[in-house]
Amino acid sequence: MILIVLVLAVLTALQLIRIFELSSKARKRAEYEVTDKDNNNQGWLMLLFGIGLMVAFFWMLATWSKVMLPKSASEHGNDIDSLFNISMYVIMAMFMVVQPILFYFAWKYRGASDRKATYYEHNNRLEFIWTIVPALILAVLIIYGMTTWSKTMNPKNEQEPMVIEVYAQQFKWTARYAGADNKLGFANVRLIKDANVLGVDTLDVLAADDKVATEIHLPVGRPVLFKFRSQDVIHSAYMPHFRAQMNCVPGMTTQFQFTPTVTTAEMRQDAEVVGKVKRINDIRTAKGEEAYAYDYILLCNKICGSAHYNMQMNIVVETEAEYQKWLAEQKTIAELL
Amino acid sequence: MADHAHDHAHDEHHDHEHHTENFWTKYVFSMDHKMIGKQFLITGMFMGLIGVFMSMLFRLQLAWPGESFPILETFLGKWAPGGVMDPNMYLALVTIHGTIMVFFVLTAGLSGTFSNLLIPLQIGARDMASGFLNMLSYWFFAASSVVMVVSLFVETGPASGGWTVYPPLSALPQAMPGSGAGMTLWLVSMTLFIAGSLLGSLNYIVTVINLRTKGMSMTRLPLTIWAFFVTAILGVLSFPVLLSAALLLMMDRMLGTSFYLSDIMVAGELLGNQGGSPVLYEHLFWFLGHPEVYIILLPALGITSEVIATNSRKPIFGYRAMIGSILAIAFLSFIVWGHHMFVTGMNPFLGSVFTFTTLLIAIPSAVKAFNYITTLWKGNIQFTPAMLFSIALVSTFVAGGLTGIILGDSALDINVHDTYFVVAHFHIVMGLSAIFGMFAGVYHWFPKMYGRMMNKSMGYLHFWLTFVSAYGVFFPMHFTGLAGLPRRYYSNAEFPIFDELQDINVIITMFAIAGGIAQVIFFFNFFYSMWRGPKAPQNPWKSNTLEWTTPVEHIHGNWPGALPEVHRWAYDYSKPGHDEDFVVQTTPLKDGEHAH
Repeated sequence: MILIVLVLAVLTALQLIRIFELSSKARKRAEYEVTDKDNNNQGWLMLLFGIGLMVAFFWMLATWSKVMLPKSASEHGNDIDSLFNISMYVIMAMFMVVQPILFYFAWKYRGASDRKATYYEHNNRLEFIWTIVPALILAVLIIYGMTTWSKTMNPKNEQEPMVIEVYAQQFKWTARYAGADNKLGFANVRLIKDANVLGVDTLDVLAADDKVATEIHLPVGRPVLFKFRSQDVIHSAYMPHFRAQMNCVPGMTTQFQFTPTVTTAEMRQDAEVVGKVKRINDIRTAKGEEAYAYDYILLCNKICGSAHYNMQMNIVVETEAEYQKWLAEQKTIAELL
Repeated sequence: MADHAHDHAHDEHHDHEHHTENFWTKYVFSMDHKMIGKQFLITGMFMGLIGVFMSMLFRLQLAWPGESFPILETFLGKWAPGGVMDPNMYLALVTIHGTIMVFFVLTAGLSGTFSNLLIPLQIGARDMASGFLNMLSYWFFAASSVVMVVSLFVETGPASGGWTVYPPLSALPQAMPGSGAGMTLWLVSMTLFIAGSLLGSLNYIVTVINLRTKGMSMTRLPLTIWAFFVTAILGVLSFPVLLSAALLLMMDRMLGTSFYLSDIMVAGELLGNQGGSPVLYEHLFWFLGHPEVYIILLPALGITSEVIATNSRKPIFGYRAMIGSILAIAFLSFIVWGHHMFVTGMNPFLGSVFTFTTLLIAIPSAVKAFNYITTLWKGNIQFTPAMLFSIALVSTFVAGGLTGIILGDSALDINVHDTYFVVAHFHIVMGLSAIFGMFAGVYHWFPKMYGRMMNKSMGYLHFWLTFVSAYGVFFPMHFTGLAGLPRRYYSNAEFPIFDELQDINVIITMFAIAGGIAQVIFFFNFFYSMWRGPKAPQNPWKSNTLEWTTPVEHIHGNWPGALPEVHRWAYDYSKPGHDEDFVVQTTPLKDGEHAH
């Protein structure tokens, strides 16, 4: 079947070429020569494409902007989002200026046998302008970006951040809370044994009050310092709702700090999120899947093996009281081992 | 071949020499740069066919995850039982697709083809400085291609840790099936590839420096040659670093060393390795990896400069600024690799440094884009298929370059790192631009390669289907990326939050299949025209450069008589005071005529 289609396609193509060649022979011109008619047709197609590209661009913005991540749920995330929006406006403006000019020129200066091109080889003033203007715009973006980056990576701490270890292995996450002393006990893969899945050093006095959990709960408004470890390969702890991400690298500890600002319950009330959840549930109902309520997630964002696509953990942001209640239910290392 | 200098004795030597070439010396172990260029092209096209086909297979899985497609079982066998793709095979396909497209198609296929074909022809040389090394360079590449293709058929599957093959994943066969024999073959293949690439690059550099014909000063060189020259320098400086990274990885895999490994327990087994760091590998890899982007892109930009100037019937605008921007991009490309590593745990201070250097690249890139557009201005544009692809290149170079301003900013990269936003960015700015440049090159220089013309109408059809599909595939990915969808996910069905992205994924796959099938037109046109196309005239595009002063039939040594002497730059199109709208570089300046 496929073979027949292929053979027919080849035969059709051969016939078409014959027609092209014969017709160009009839016009006493080689098929490959670009005629005024070709230039005209292709020039118009270029213009059409340029317009189509812009229309498609606006259509996508109008239709798909809603699938993007909702507002940030962390303090530094708002800074990142402002920087993102400004950078995005700049590049979209450039896109909307340069692309139309390109396709307009392609159409406007489409060749014709009675045209002659203008010999114009350089203009230092123009070169200067389009070196300096981008340089100035970029200078602003660079300074803004570097400021946001150093604010994000070196946050000023008015209160001591709460320490949580996020532990990665193929293909799951585990959290370890630092306990009452807010200090994590020493741990290493060499100490992994039976129920001690994180390899915590049980002789370390700091370890006894550490708590192990399969979900991350965070009190709203309190800075959290995440310490990342990996047991086997590189993973990446990606928390898109908080605009946070850091790789988990075997053999070393990495870290990232942020302050959650919106509880899960509040986020579920957010107008944008309500709309998103409704759309998602419409899709899920149609497929006969269970309904979904909005949750923050931690997902793996560095290729780590066959089940990489399903390495996730829930994150719950709640009030201090709810958090304390949840924490009290979690067992300490001393109790577990 | 060291005697290939431009002395008269040598020219005569060529007149009298009669080569008796048999099939083997002419087509297989050829030392003629034109034949070697064609060998690179055909091999690159074959590899490209595999790479593009793989992308169509994994796009099927992404649009309809878990659905059964009999075609998958046909091609993947045990890796798609019942027509449903295995997750390991998905990762293998994206890995090999990336490897093949980046290295085999857009490095060897693009730079290997056109550097070989054009450097001697456009600078007025008989051949490359060393024909033997040139032949060796191709055969290393051919051997590496064979090994890479063989790796697709090993029991445990081909390498599947992503084209960057970060350890420990790629170092430990216990971590995934693809890290077994498939990964070993991947490393062997890349080692051969690097050897071939280095031999080629050294040859290009030496040839451009030493074998330019009389009058061909560096500031009269076509921009293609400038691009190939700088690309070769980038390759010579960066590929050895990848070689060392690959060798250390091999040692970690085979000899029990710990360059990249420390404190690992995998599949329940505690490893003895201690003290190594995967971050070291990332530094070494990206020290090549980022220049590699420009190794891919610069030749395409060089080709575009030539094609746009010729077909606008105008000089390239800002010739010296174009050279300056090539050099600036090349220099900067060595000090930006850290922008691939903002969230690896590298010292945050370095993040600031790399943000600064990375965003600087936007300046020379903007200069290039504006110069291309100004070249079109008040031109007399001849829409050959090559010209269409070159204009498309400018479009994708701008569209993809702009999102680099987001990704190069460390603070913003935190949230879009390794998402589909990145996939969109690099495919548009590097993948599409480079492949468009390659198509432009093939359409433009096909007459020089095969002495025949490609079919124009099929070229038009191929172009429009490809251009529309290309944007259709990659533009929507910006949105799935900003929704937080990570790349290299076998399926996004495990996360309800990504449910509403499924429609977009289906659209992308439709365009991918359409774009893939459109390439059949190109392949058909290529091979049909090779044998049946109309005979090419000597200078079909009315171009100024030296390659069009050689006879249509290939001869060893390129020019039958003495080597041409150059009197002007390559871009005297529509110059006032001349009857024709082009002035070949060998034409002496008239009395009182100003050079450009």
